[in-house]
Amino acid sequence: MQIDWAHFSPASGVAGGAMIGLSAGLTILLIGRVAGISGVLGGLVQPRRGDWDWRVAFLLGLVAAPLIIGLAKAPTPPDFDAGYGTIAAAGLLVGFGSRLGAGCTSGHGVCGLSRLSLRSLAATIMFMASAMATVFLIRHVFN
Amino acid sequence: MRLAITFALGLIFGCGLYLAGMTDPGKVLGFLDLAGLWDPSLAFVMGGAILIALPAFRLAAKRRQSYLGCAISGPSSRKIDPALLAGAGVFGVGWGLAGVCPGPAVFNLGFLDPKAIVFFAAMVAGFGVERILLFLSPPARPAAIVQDG
Repeated sequence: MQIDWAHFSPASGVAGGAMIGLSAGLTILLIGRVAGISGVLGGLVQPRRGDWDWRVAFLLGLVAAPLIIGLAKAPTPPDFDAGYGTIAAAGLLVGFGSRLGAGCTSGHGVCGLSRLSLRSLAATIMFMASAMATVFLIRHVFN
Repeated sequence: MRLAITFALGLIFGCGLYLAGMTDPGKVLGFLDLAGLWDPSLAFVMGGAILIALPAFRLAAKRRQSYLGCAISGPSSRKIDPALLAGAGVFGVGWGLAGVCPGPAVFNLGFLDPKAIVFFAAMVAGFGVERILLFLSPPARPAAIVQDG
């Protein structure tokens, strides 16, 4: 295994992670909800009475984040390697899978692991392994 | 007031994702590529997040109501069932294909980038497909009960 030292960024990783953890921690303590983004957004597909306004507020904050960061320094827009077909297929799989599996990187990987949930640990191991296998196939087998 | 706070929490979440590098598909794929030049940074993101969130969830587990008086809701299922594992497996394939998971997919909408918009639209379509399949085969998973996050 070779480490990519040129891109390795543990300090901003821990700092950014701490902000994500702070948001997730305050969301459960103040709003009483789990800050898993597939769950927050997915709950709007079939909205229930009295259970949509906080979702919209949280998601608007998330979308507004690049604009707020832009007040300090122009943020780097995402640079997608994949073409439109792959992007569309990936989005479909991410949406379908995260709902069927009842969570994503934030719901299972951050909130679930923070609750010491075995169910979330199983899901996290599963999606990590599946994502790593996918990247391995794309980059090193089919190239 | 509660909604303004919730908006701020979404904002903090998004700034954290950006600072962590989670919104950069190349960075994410660099973490997922164990056999290539591996960038372990995202493991530190998860570590930092859990370090802060874990005590908060411990505290929340002891309470019935949130500090703003909302009911505290949590996942009701503890079962490691086929739907959980199949869903996580499918999610992982999509994550590995594009390097984008749901949080960054919402964040990146703020750039009005065409590919970000296509990804987001496809993801919401994926939510819909899951609902439709659930509707067609209700015994597979009780609706609206299992939701971890």
